[in-house]
Amino acid sequence: METQFAEQFREFIKREKNDALRVLREQAFASFTASGFPTPKNEDWKYTNVASIASGEWRVAIGESQEFTSADLEIAKRFAIDRNGFAALNLAFGEIKVIRIAKNTSIAEPFELNFAADEGTAIFPHILVLAETGSKATIIESYASTAKSFTNAAVQVIVEDNASITHYRVQKDGAEAFNIGTTEVSLGRDSRYDSTNINLGAAISRHDIDLKFTAEGGEAWVDGLYMLGGRQHSDTHSVIDHTVPNCVSHQTYKGVLNDHSRGVFNGKVFVRENAHGTDAQQSNKNLLLSNDARVDTKPQLEIFNDDVKCAHGATVGQLEEEELFYLLTRGLPETLAKNLLTYGFAEAIIRKIGIESIKTDLDAAVLNRLSVKLEV
Amino acid sequence: MLLEVKDLHAGIEGKEILKGLNLQVKKGEVHAIMGPNGSGKSTLSKVLAGHPTYEVISGDVLFEGKNLLELEPDERAREGVFMAFQYPVEVPGVSNSQFLRLAYNQKAIHHGREELDPLEFNDYLKEKAKIVDMDPQFFKRSVNEGFSGGEKKRNEILQMAVLEPKLAILDETDSGLDIDALRIVAEGVNKLRSPENAIILVTHYRRLLNYIQPDFVHVLDGGKIVKEGGKELALELEAKGYDWVKGATN
Repeated sequence: METQFAEQFREFIKREKNDALRVLREQAFASFTASGFPTPKNEDWKYTNVASIASGEWRVAIGESQEFTSADLEIAKRFAIDRNGFAALNLAFGEIKVIRIAKNTSIAEPFELNFAADEGTAIFPHILVLAETGSKATIIESYASTAKSFTNAAVQVIVEDNASITHYRVQKDGAEAFNIGTTEVSLGRDSRYDSTNINLGAAISRHDIDLKFTAEGGEAWVDGLYMLGGRQHSDTHSVIDHTVPNCVSHQTYKGVLNDHSRGVFNGKVFVRENAHGTDAQQSNKNLLLSNDARVDTKPQLEIFNDDVKCAHGATVGQLEEEELFYLLTRGLPETLAKNLLTYGFAEAIIRKIGIESIKTDLDAAVLNRLSVKLEV
Repeated sequence: MLLEVKDLHAGIEGKEILKGLNLQVKKGEVHAIMGPNGSGKSTLSKVLAGHPTYEVISGDVLFEGKNLLELEPDERAREGVFMAFQYPVEVPGVSNSQFLRLAYNQKAIHHGREELDPLEFNDYLKEKAKIVDMDPQFFKRSVNEGFSGGEKKRNEILQMAVLEPKLAILDETDSGLDIDALRIVAEGVNKLRSPENAIILVTHYRRLLNYIQPDFVHVLDGGKIVKEGGKELALELEAKGYDWVKGATN
């Protein structure tokens, strides 16, 4: 059904006034036409079949892109459209919005980006976040489509020297929605990037996160939680690339899988030849609450330097018997005891969210899913 | 009779650990179960509380005349059996007060009593916290998370105070406590001791019994009670060592 996008792209591109951007969009669409949507034959999409997205009928819904400079466009050009057909299609239609945090400014109020696609539509947000030298800000990216829809988003984050970005990505789409997202992050000298990625919704969701240290002294957290039920499918592919010395990366992803749901976590950490002094920690822990739930986890460390501190691990399991027994001996019925422990497992990710309203909202969403009432 | 254990044989993974244990506990009594490592003390606690990995091979356990072994661990708890753990479990994300109110209300529902709302429960909890000299700031902290060993044990006694069990089993509650923490825990237990409940202290050392005076001391070895007596037995045991009772059985 890729032709439906071809027709819509022809109409769309006629209205593109910026010549340089038009060229970029045409290149991107050509790339999409060549690759099409990924299929399970592609190693990176082995567990995630997007045939139901590819075969859907989608009306492209695009608002006006924001005014942007040629420097902004240079950033957009760096977006890896050859990653897969979704990335290419995103840039072809991308509704571009630029968040530029001026040099040495610290912005207390978070930037909130809320997306919701209407029934039968496809949306293509493309956000450029440029944190200039010494700046500091928080980005909240959230998805809440209620209808059957297709969100294909991309966020490019450039964290310049000594800058700091906190990034929350909260995906709470409805059960019939499809959500594809790509996050590309580049970190400058002594910069800091702290992200928390929460996936609760959508029929199929896929998040690719690609983070690269480009100068020494950077530190990054790439954490996440996927909590799935029904027949939900959620896939996270993450790449953390230590190309330079003395950077630190932390990654903790947790999964809670119930019913017939399916989770995928693929986390690559590269420590390149000259990246001595790297400290990279990665963990993926999964809780399977049903015999029919399944998770495929693949943490991968590829180290080409000896002077590094790295650790990684993945677990897939049920609740600890000893923990459950403790709660039972306090008179809590088994279901409630299990749900409380499950909440505690997930909450370890949610608690790092520094914005009280989001934290409270997510706590409520998780507790609600577990049918637990915890009043203070 | 509150608790009656009759010729109990039980074990774990096919290995028999308790080999014909008998014990009778009445309301108002404090019993100390002492014994060397591997004697079956911990198995007894866990079988009474209903730990799923321990299996009962034969024998009976009656609680207020009812077959305790038929009940699930949570049912036993709601009926009034409580076990203070040697290694209390952490429950991240759930505050002490939320957790205790859930537990309290489950028991209230079971006994047809009124549930307490958060405000009412908070007042109730504040009163109970005085028993173990616990600062109300602990109410907001996640259950046992980041607690010191002593704080965890105090928290166990606080739970006992809140749940008001008929039978409390304190499994090696004295282990790993410094003298101040031990005193606070023991004083808490003494305050909770009443003609309406019974307490079983499971311990390796006599130390705890300096602070909580038992009515009866049972010495366990090889899965059986090999010696019984009053509180003076603990003193004698300390003077002579466990080899003395081992000798007595041979």
